[in-house]
Amino acid sequence: MAKRRFLVLFLIFTLVSLTASLAACDDDKEEQPAPTPTAEAATPARLILATTTSTEDSGLLEYILPDFEAKYNADVDVIAVGTGQALELGQNGDADVVLVHARAREDAFVADGYGTARYDVMYNDFILVGPAADPAGIRGMTEAAAAFTRIAETGSTFISRGDDSGTHSKEKAIWTAAGITPEGDWYLSAGQGMGEVLTMSEEMGAYTLSDRATYVARQATGLKLEFLVEGDPILFNPYGVIPVNPQKHPNVNAELAQAFADWITSLETQELIASFQVNGQALFTPDSQAWRAAHGGE
Amino acid sequence: MLTADHPRRQIIETIFDALREALRLIVSLDPAVIEVMWRSLQVTLSALALSAAIGIPLGTWLALVRFPGQRLLNALIYTGMGLPPVVVGLVVYLVLSNRGPLGDLGWLFSIKAMVVAQVIIATPLVVGVTMSSVRAVDPALRVQLRALGATPWQATAAALIEARFGVIVGLVAGFGSIISEVGAVMLVGGNIDGRTRVLTTAIVLETRRGNFDVALALGIILLTLSFVANLIMVLGQGKLAES
Repeated sequence: MAKRRFLVLFLIFTLVSLTASLAACDDDKEEQPAPTPTAEAATPARLILATTTSTEDSGLLEYILPDFEAKYNADVDVIAVGTGQALELGQNGDADVVLVHARAREDAFVADGYGTARYDVMYNDFILVGPAADPAGIRGMTEAAAAFTRIAETGSTFISRGDDSGTHSKEKAIWTAAGITPEGDWYLSAGQGMGEVLTMSEEMGAYTLSDRATYVARQATGLKLEFLVEGDPILFNPYGVIPVNPQKHPNVNAELAQAFADWITSLETQELIASFQVNGQALFTPDSQAWRAAHGGE
Repeated sequence: MLTADHPRRQIIETIFDALREALRLIVSLDPAVIEVMWRSLQVTLSALALSAAIGIPLGTWLALVRFPGQRLLNALIYTGMGLPPVVVGLVVYLVLSNRGPLGDLGWLFSIKAMVVAQVIIATPLVVGVTMSSVRAVDPALRVQLRALGATPWQATAAALIEARFGVIVGLVAGFGSIISEVGAVMLVGGNIDGRTRVLTTAIVLETRRGNFDVALALGIILLTLSFVANLIMVLGQGKLAES
């Protein structure tokens, strides 16, 4: 009776799995929680935030978002990708609001009508990190372009993100400032996120450009790469928030997206951002209009 | 000898830390981990059920019919068995994107989108393996059954039953490819915490964050889950063989 048993087993399997499918589909509706007796909690609205990996990997979003979710009775779905992909998601109307760091491309995004407006949020800075042995001898240099030139001249291994992220854009800008077209055995384009590239650099004893937030967060979990060059104004890394334009994509939650932009630039949230620390180090410096106005407009 | 701060020793410690962390996460029934595990299983079983529902009948039919251009189709199916998941993810993203043809469904960044991508990845596997195992059944069987008065449906069912071990292998392969897949689900699911994060995408995130022990612990949980599922299937197969 093997045959019948096989059919029975197969049918049971299909039934169980299909039940699981249905359960999975129901899962999508979980956004509507069971009505609570207090009845004040209406269905939370859903906001899709496309952002860079640095804001999620550093832990900043986990730290600040609960405040927004509570105030606006919203669920913020964070899609953490490279700046290039985040802007593409916004451009396709697949996200309601973007929080990224690549100033020129953000301005183009708004100019092309995909975003309603860009607001300053905060900044951190890029730093040049590398092996403790520092074969190119760049430790303590204050000019990023000069340090890049030394790396190229000594043929020391440099790992580029190579993924069109905000960090990659910045790196290309520094090479341009140095008047160098980086190519050769020493220049590796990884095409991966900041976390992966820091790991690769450590393993290969290479230099790389990192945003401070990801670097400090990784240092807390044992990264041994050293911090070599900082402070050059070209290394300034501003983050902007842009609500996606509902005229291009009527489906986006424009109202909540604007509320998010207003919230993240408000003085209160800016103070929250300033208080966010990893390993005793502040990672982001608030820089919204409201913050600057309150702090003497520096 | 490995001294305390020897790098290789540190890696060994990471592995031990990971084992300890995995055990702790499982024993303490860490709610976040249980949730991600459960979601992985949901996506995998849903996608596998749909792949089986499409793939087994299709594979059986393709094994039993003859038509011109069949070899070309076979080659296409075998190619499909090795579809690069990221490409599948990208295509599903473009189709489900707001700008895409099925954007109005609003499936992007949901479990549904992940299941769709996984079905596309796993179905060719199920079709291909079912097809070759049904083909391996002695064609004389069907002829004899028909001669004995079985309807075409009965004869086909008999051939499929004869090929059941091969079909189970196809399902096992499909299960393995789905539960371990990361590129496509990352793209179309978005790795959203509490909504579309599954074991594989959580592993990528923790790796990116440098929490190698947690990442490895999740990997151990994934393997354990996969092992238990396969064990159940193998035991089921054994039962079938006995009877």
